[in-house]
Amino acid sequence: MTATLIWILVALVAIGLYLSWTAGRLDRLHARIDAARAALDAQLLRRASVAQELATSGVLDPAASIVLYEAAHAARQAEEEQREVAESELSQALRAVFAEAPQVEAVREAPGGEEAARELTEAVRRVPMARRFHNDAVRAARALRRHRKVRWFRLAGHAPFPLAFEMDDEPPTALTDRAA
Amino acid sequence: MRIGIVCPYSWDVPGGVQFHIRDLAEYFIRLGHEVSVLAPADDDTPLPPYVVSAGRAVPVPYNGSVARLNFGFLSAARVRRWLHDGEFDVIHIHEPTSPSLGLLACWAAQGPIVATFHTSNPRSRAMIAAYAILQAALEKISARIAVSEYARRTLVEHLGGDAVVIPNGVDVDFFAKADPNPDWQGDTIGFIGRIDEPRKGLPVLMRALPKILAARPQTRLLVAGRGDEEEAVQSLPAELRSRVEFLGMISDQDKARLLRSVDLYVAPNTGGESFGIILVEALSAGAPVLASDLDAFAQVLDQGAAGELFTNEDADALAEAALRLLEDPARRAKLRDRGSTHVRRFDWSTVGADILSVYETVTAGAAAVAADERAGGGGSGLRARLGLARD
Repeated sequence: MTATLIWILVALVAIGLYLSWTAGRLDRLHARIDAARAALDAQLLRRASVAQELATSGVLDPAASIVLYEAAHAARQAEEEQREVAESELSQALRAVFAEAPQVEAVREAPGGEEAARELTEAVRRVPMARRFHNDAVRAARALRRHRKVRWFRLAGHAPFPLAFEMDDEPPTALTDRAA
Repeated sequence: MRIGIVCPYSWDVPGGVQFHIRDLAEYFIRLGHEVSVLAPADDDTPLPPYVVSAGRAVPVPYNGSVARLNFGFLSAARVRRWLHDGEFDVIHIHEPTSPSLGLLACWAAQGPIVATFHTSNPRSRAMIAAYAILQAALEKISARIAVSEYARRTLVEHLGGDAVVIPNGVDVDFFAKADPNPDWQGDTIGFIGRIDEPRKGLPVLMRALPKILAARPQTRLLVAGRGDEEEAVQSLPAELRSRVEFLGMISDQDKARLLRSVDLYVAPNTGGESFGIILVEALSAGAPVLASDLDAFAQVLDQGAAGELFTNEDADALAEAALRLLEDPARRAKLRDRGSTHVRRFDWSTVGADILSVYETVTAGAAAVAADERAGGGGSGLRARLGLARD
């Protein structure tokens, strides 16, 4: 009788430890998503800022300036629900404006343009990176949260179900082609 | 930035991953970052000042061959001490899925972790069994890097998730500025790689050689690499054997000179390549390249624009393509030009900056690396292991 009780107790403790370990894993994943999301936000904001700076600098022709300014402004001001669309539109605008290598050259030749072109190149390279890291974290968390043990014991608590950030982040070819 | 790099393979044995880590560490040190590399090494090997030894690697049978790995209580303790003393802003683990230091570091650390996946091994039985354990360790990685689009695809299929592609780096100018050696010039074909490793493809080249020599008897084949030379030429008719010169193991300097000297570099590898650093080195030296059409090679050679491709394991196709190139100096000159511009994207200045971008992306807003208490020693370690056993 006592032996059975002890065994049940041991089993319960083991299960408890296991669940607490899983909850810890989940907690770490949520923290990772938060950090990745913050990094993604920072990169998106940086990209929009550089784009807006370029649009208002007078280096680009008026039509390109307006297109770029509109898109950058919309991306910075977008509500959370429209964010993915607005950022995708900024990617498209950047691709349209910097479709040709001479345009990038023109920016570089302007005073302070070298710096701006470098910043923009960095920004369009880092946005897809940050987004991939974010979505990778989201996938890992979702995989764990779908698991029975997590659902039955509500290990995720009140944390919202993580969502991937989907957008068009293809950089302009003239900026990424560094072979030259 | 304080950067910790974990090398899974023994520092005493030369290899692609080790060279990559050495160059990466030296690149960051030149930029003024603080770098510490944790690597398995014998106690009496002289190590560069930035390398910390994690003890001697033990040869164990793993995944079909004998691998030199680090694991067990002592290694785990060394990893923890290194993490604790280093106070890194970011740690960069290479090959986190190999049951060695990489996995141990992944297990023991928390904070911004970057991991590079070099090989694209098909999923092994052991990996499937260990999947649950791996998953718990791998989900700590904040950023994954694959060395090629091909490696990324394998990674996504086997482990899920995603990765950014950053190729391996090469010091392009080191190869571009090497002096050609006159002894190795004049109708020469180059091959660099282990002679006794069939996947490096020397047997395919040996099968193609009679046909090449029949059309161009003055051609010489220069082979650099470790292995049994007698055995390598066994398939060749005796009178042709004098056209093959074995250079044995050569230094980096001589490798660059060899690549600068040859008229054609042939990479007949039959598989198991996830990147193809040797092709990048050949392109850097301005050697026209002819390679088998492996996925990884096709990508490095820009789908055939920066170097020619032939059907994998087809000796006739190899001979034909080699003859066509040897007889056409204009085409070779064009390939040289194309290769030299194409290869710039693999230079350390580009690759290093990309890797640094990854570090900066994951460290933005995150705390520094620390030893993970949950995976710690004593009672909590037991708890972790109990949890693992039941996962």
